[in-house]
Amino acid sequence: MSSLVHDLGARSSSLVGSLGRVSRFGLSLLRALPKRPTRFGFFVHALFDAGVLSMALICLSGFTVGMVLGLQLYTTLTRFGAAEGLGAVVGLSLVRELGPVLTGLLVTGRAGSAITAEIGAMKATEQLDGLRMMAIDPVHFVAMPRALALTVAMPLLNGLFITLAIGGAYVVGVNLQGLDGGVYLSGLENAVRFGDDVGQSLLKSLVFGMLLGLIATYKGHSCAPDSAGVARATTSTVVTASVSILLADYMITALWGV
Amino acid sequence: MQPDSTRDLTVGLFVLIGLSTLAYLSLKVGGLEFSPGERIELHATFDDIGGLSVRAPVRIAGVKIGQVSDIGLDEDLRALVSMEVDAGLPLSIDSSAAIRTSGLLGDQFISVELGAEDDVLKDGDEFTFTESALSIDKLIGRFVQNSGVSD
Repeated sequence: MSSLVHDLGARSSSLVGSLGRVSRFGLSLLRALPKRPTRFGFFVHALFDAGVLSMALICLSGFTVGMVLGLQLYTTLTRFGAAEGLGAVVGLSLVRELGPVLTGLLVTGRAGSAITAEIGAMKATEQLDGLRMMAIDPVHFVAMPRALALTVAMPLLNGLFITLAIGGAYVVGVNLQGLDGGVYLSGLENAVRFGDDVGQSLLKSLVFGMLLGLIATYKGHSCAPDSAGVARATTSTVVTASVSILLADYMITALWGV
Repeated sequence: MQPDSTRDLTVGLFVLIGLSTLAYLSLKVGGLEFSPGERIELHATFDDIGGLSVRAPVRIAGVKIGQVSDIGLDEDLRALVSMEVDAGLPLSIDSSAAIRTSGLLGDQFISVELGAEDDVLKDGDEFTFTESALSIDKLIGRFVQNSGVSD
């Protein structure tokens, strides 16, 4: 019995401890942001890795998700004689939820895990210690450009995902199923509002980008300096970031008000 | 780090493509307006607004000219609807506002029927003639009552 209580205490304090360490790391990332030199070249490099290399995946996934939505919803809506509502349903579900969440999860798998593995390998080979020895702050030099790149890339990839998904649903709904293209697009444009829907989408993708940037770089920095540690940290990034994104999605939706 | 012009170019292209999709979503899909044309606010009271909601369109002959900005109750506990309408339209003071239903899903909107007077409605004016929403429930109730009497 006493060992159970002991265990509970140890688990709670380690949870609080790791939350504190993540927050402190986030703070040091923020403090590194305005520091000179700006490391713009590293940022562009990280944006290439996180953004440009994710584009093909995001385009393909977006288009496929749109096609599936078009097919499923058109069939279901036709049963109620409301196929005209396809544009509204596709637009609202994509802009509000599917776009930011799926983009977040895909970028987590595509770019977040790679960043953790890269920083973890640097730590395992003592490159981060080497930087510290040369009086270069590894948070400013390695983590900050990558976290910032994820934060910037996420809203852009989100926009790309939603636009292609709208196109995918258009191809299936209009070109294959025979719904009128004008009906689809006007339904879409009437249903989606900038303030409520597009704004929410942008806020979500920005928050998801920051969360992923923080988690991916923190896990890399705090991983055990051996190959098993890097593997664990990479897995942990994907799990933690995915769960955080889903939780944050619910919270933003609830706070924003539907 | 060595500058790499091909990489910089692709990153620039990525940012451009991303921003243009966001612009498309905001401006075209989201209907964001940077300089919304001048608007005037008009009011109308109704006995029953049915399912009319804020942001419902205001139309003349089916063409959208504005939207409902606020719905509340006036001192006589009638529904008071405020709407923003494009300025510069010569809406004569005896125009009427009616709540109508469009589409299968029953979206409600305000339809403005023009009057014949020369004077036009100004900012803050109220529609004199209004027509409440048609309630299907009431219609069916009346129909059932009538058919019961004839038996």
